[in-house]
Amino acid sequence: MKIVGLSGSKVGSKTRTAMNYTIEALVAKYPEVEVTLIDLAEYNVQFSDGRNFLEYEGDTGYVTKTIMEADAIVIGTPIFQASIPGTLKNLFDLLPVNAFRDKIVSMLVTAGSAKHYLVAEQQLKPILSYMKAQIVQTYVFIEESDFHRKEIVSDDVLFRIERLVEDTVVLTEAYGKIRAEKDAEYDF
Amino acid sequence: MEKYRINPDKGLEFGIYTLGDHLPNPETGERISAQERLKEIIEYAKLADQAGLDFFSVGESHQEYFATQAHSVVLSAIAQSTKNIKIGSSSTIISTSDPVRVYEDFATIDLISDGRAEIIAGRASRIGLFDLLGYNVRDYEELFEEKFDLLVKINEEEVINWEGEFRAPLKNASVLPRPKNGFLPIWRAVGGSPASAIKAGYAGVPMMMAHLGGPVSVFKRTIDAYRAALQSRGFDPAEFPVATAGFFYAAETSQQALRDMYPHINEGMKRTNGQGFPKQHFAQGVDPHNIMNIGSPQQIIEKILHQHEVYGHQRYIAQIDFGGVPFERLMKNIELIGTEILPAIKKYTKKK
Repeated sequence: MKIVGLSGSKVGSKTRTAMNYTIEALVAKYPEVEVTLIDLAEYNVQFSDGRNFLEYEGDTGYVTKTIMEADAIVIGTPIFQASIPGTLKNLFDLLPVNAFRDKIVSMLVTAGSAKHYLVAEQQLKPILSYMKAQIVQTYVFIEESDFHRKEIVSDDVLFRIERLVEDTVVLTEAYGKIRAEKDAEYDF
Repeated sequence: MEKYRINPDKGLEFGIYTLGDHLPNPETGERISAQERLKEIIEYAKLADQAGLDFFSVGESHQEYFATQAHSVVLSAIAQSTKNIKIGSSSTIISTSDPVRVYEDFATIDLISDGRAEIIAGRASRIGLFDLLGYNVRDYEELFEEKFDLLVKINEEEVINWEGEFRAPLKNASVLPRPKNGFLPIWRAVGGSPASAIKAGYAGVPMMMAHLGGPVSVFKRTIDAYRAALQSRGFDPAEFPVATAGFFYAAETSQQALRDMYPHINEGMKRTNGQGFPKQHFAQGVDPHNIMNIGSPQQIIEKILHQHEVYGHQRYIAQIDFGGVPFERLMKNIELIGTEILPAIKKYTKKK
């Protein structure tokens, strides 16, 4: 099983911090899973120009191909200007319309305050649905007050991250099995 | 229709096309050499000719896993080794070529083949060739429209006066040689969406509509949009042929056809497009109302007759060889087409 953790912003440290916890929890609990963390702050990803994702080179090609090869993706995103950051939206624009078909996608959202809670529900989930993701419905929402000096200081958040990791792996395993059984039934 | 060398009284035309892909056979993991693949394609055309098929065409793709980048050269070899079958491109990417050179090539193929050559001009579904051939992909649409217009003009006028953005002007220019009967059928390749079909209608040229899978009825909207666009510009739709192009595979049973074909399509698409073909969608391909022509010969006959009833089209071309299909299976398919499918289709679609 291949899982990609995607930190979707170039700005700030909260999302990356939370993603580090997530990756640690994933590796500790499921050492057999192949985990890759992509922090968009560390890559020079170009804007989508409409070409097939295989035709991008350099960082853009690496990021798109790594995501396309994953069985599951944990997206970490901050909320900017009442929406997801442009870096994350651009990544979606770089991929084909059915990019998340047969993939599990889960979400972790960081924000300055609880006022942003529904942004992921109303703006991120519809994009993932359109791209045919199997979504882990419950996401982890983390506020400014849960962080202190690049550490998470809320046990509640840590427990939620653990559950998000488990839900992502369980759903990936379950969906993979169901898909394989159904595909075998087609008998071709 | 006559202008485009089509006589609907003789029934629906049946052809074969290849994109010229050069992919490993997923069942063995092996890939033949580009030379072998090219020779197979020429042999494939010969068999189609011998089996009495109406048309054979070769595509132009410049990306990895393809072998017919120089598709007009391949067609020239096919012209020499076939006798009756009409031959063409599927498609020629006119956007990144010089229409004068393309016309010279195809008029020459027309003379070599004794009046059997046609051009299907397209815009390219992948854009790597823009870099390779020195064009800017930002001009994607304008490059096609301007060059396609020029290609059509060269076909219609012996002495050309022309000016455009992407090519040096032509002043009292003669583009030679001229084709055998002075005119080549030039089609516009359409990807299946009504928006694209409308452009073919506005241009007043025949439409070649390619499709993957899906309900026959959905593609009817595309054909209707094309004919309505023709009419809106004062053309008579009855004078313009429509062709459809898509996956085809015949075997003893539909289940066997699915088994034989699926790994080739799925693995081939993964390599060329980055995503496979979901089994769920492929399984629906055998439905009588799905546009993919996969099944037993009898099921395929019924499917094609249904499509003909809905579309009233003049030509269907089949893609059988995508994804490293072994040559003996292509031979078997040609045999089934020649002995069972083609005679039945002609019988039911020709004017009585």
